[in-house]
Amino acid sequence: MAVCIAVIAKENYPLYIRSTPSENELKFHYMVHTSLDVVDEKISAMGKALVDQRELYLGLLYPTEDYKVYGYVTNSKVKFVMVVDSSNTALRDNEIRSMFRKLHNSYTDVMCNPFYNPGDRIQSRAFDNMVTSMMIQVC
Amino acid sequence: MADTVLFEFLHTEMVKELWAPVARRGGGMSLSVLEGLGFRVGQALAERLPQETLAFREELDVLKFLCRDLWVAVFRKQMDGLRTNHQGTYVLQDHSFPLLVPMGSGPQYLEEAPKFLAFTCGLLCGALSTLGFQSQVTASVATLPACKFQVVIQKS
Repeated sequence: MAVCIAVIAKENYPLYIRSTPSENELKFHYMVHTSLDVVDEKISAMGKALVDQRELYLGLLYPTEDYKVYGYVTNSKVKFVMVVDSSNTALRDNEIRSMFRKLHNSYTDVMCNPFYNPGDRIQSRAFDNMVTSMMIQVC
Repeated sequence: MADTVLFEFLHTEMVKELWAPVARRGGGMSLSVLEGLGFRVGQALAERLPQETLAFREELDVLKFLCRDLWVAVFRKQMDGLRTNHQGTYVLQDHSFPLLVPMGSGPQYLEEAPKFLAFTCGLLCGALSTLGFQSQVTASVATLPACKFQVVIQKS
């Protein structure tokens, strides 16, 4: 279960940011912002490396003592960043990958919505519901 | 299979409808609405189609994706030729473009043909813009139904 999920456009401004409301939201915004540097580094390393494997899933970007940050970039250079609680040790790589895949599918649906202008903030309720299902349930 | 003709019929009606007010006013060619339609469709398609493929490494990969996957998804055939000068200009050749085939082959209707290519130009432009490249796409027809799309990638 994620603690914070963010969708960032290719010009590096946020299209959608949502974190669990009980915590200090500014801290998560800051973490997502700093993780963008790591994402850019990985993307440019991907371009120069001679390795054939060019995956969309970037993996663990950086760990802090409380949280772990994962990244994923689409072919249209839209980045998904997910912050996960470190104490939640049960989360395996596969589960993170499947969460990113669901995010990507929902984002593609938002893009195909004719009432959505690319570049606007995402306000789709379907997207909201999907993200809620992935975040920690805080009563 | 009825699917292929559905889009062709829709496209023909689109061109006819959007062209009618221009013809009535007696003005010159204004294909920007058709191009705009194609642009938005291209943006959405370029988000959905490469979803499972790996990241594109360079410009040529993106163009190859357009010629193969995008063309197959929209027109059920691949692009017949791709040429480049390796400096940002690409020429995509289609020897029998499905939206022009119903009009017949040969030099008849040559002046009407550009209207029917505007949507596809916008489609290519929109797909390229989602994949990260600003471009200008123009189309030219020598004899129906063969046509060429010229893509110039703008260096930013």
